[in-house]
Amino acid sequence: MSRPEDILPPDLHYNDTEAKKYTTSSRIQNIQVSMTHRALELLDLQNPSMILDVGCGSGLSGEILTSVEPSEGGPHIWVGMDISASMLDVALQRDVEGDLMLADIGQGVPFRAGSFDAAISISAIQWLCNADSSEVSPAGRLSRFFNGLYASLKRGGRAVCQFYPKNDQQRTMISGAAIKAGFGAGILEDDPGTKNSKIYLVLTVGGSAAEGNGG
Amino acid sequence: MKLLTLNFLTCAVKSCKSTSASFPLHPKDCELVSDTLKSDPKLLFNILPRLDWSALSTTASELGFPGLPPSAPTKEELEANEKLFHDLHTLLLETHISEGSLVCANCGHSYKIKEGIANFLLPNHLV
Ligand SMILES: [Zn+2]
Repeated sequence: MSRPEDILPPDLHYNDTEAKKYTTSSRIQNIQVSMTHRALELLDLQNPSMILDVGCGSGLSGEILTSVEPSEGGPHIWVGMDISASMLDVALQRDVEGDLMLADIGQGVPFRAGSFDAAISISAIQWLCNADSSEVSPAGRLSRFFNGLYASLKRGGRAVCQFYPKNDQQRTMISGAAIKAGFGAGILEDDPGTKNSKIYLVLTVGGSAAEGNGG
Repeated sequence: MKLLTLNFLTCAVKSCKSTSASFPLHPKDCELVSDTLKSDPKLLFNILPRLDWSALSTTASELGFPGLPPSAPTKEELEANEKLFHDLHTLLLETHISEGSLVCANCGHSYKIKEGIANFLLPNHLV
């Protein structure tokens, strides 16, 4: 089975038709919703927080951040970065609460040090591994992203990135880049070995290694 | 884009990373809109220590808002001053830039904002 991230960069893959398909498929939506809830659980935020949504797409995850009940530590506010103008356009039409930015996470995370309480990323960071031209390398993109993410989080902050690595090598390359940027990193795998397997990279700033079964 | 977000946003150009002149970005020809949002003291108190007050004052005056107090209020001061709390909530969380540009004072790069979405995509040679 070919993976979209092996064929096209995300800004080309998520054109208007794909963006619409992505947000109207209830199967994809349900999976994304449950992964967002899982990521929130791993972030374990106790208070209304300012969150960076990396690869926010059409704002499905962001809407969940906005709707966390006060009794559960919310509601949170968020800033979403995405490289696909079509996906952001869908987010606009859905009138999401968060701030949206058209940006390539492989170019860095343009926020001053300690801006965010936490970051969340659903099904996005594997895209960093495909370089779309000879002048940019996956290693360079991964390093700019994780260095920028590390700096933009406050001390004690946490990031949870659900991703779909192509293979073990890619999984190691991604978690290795996070560790090199200074994060404490752990990989948590739900339903390992099944076709519903979900991998979460749990990153901490200035703390001990996060829960998980190691990377 | 909320003015709160602008208080955290820096120029993305590589050569601007190490200079303080690249923050804050300066709004140019901006249209503002106001969105009602329920105020949340817990959120504002959480964010308060992380605000760059001098950058916020700069932004507020560049957009024509009345002057802010010379230094950031403490949580206690904000709790005791309902008007200031309300004004800050309105400025940071309810005021959005819908159209215009954000300009870096160091490199001159201009980031366009359309329908509230800032475009931070850079050509590769600036990354
Ligand atoms: Zn600049």
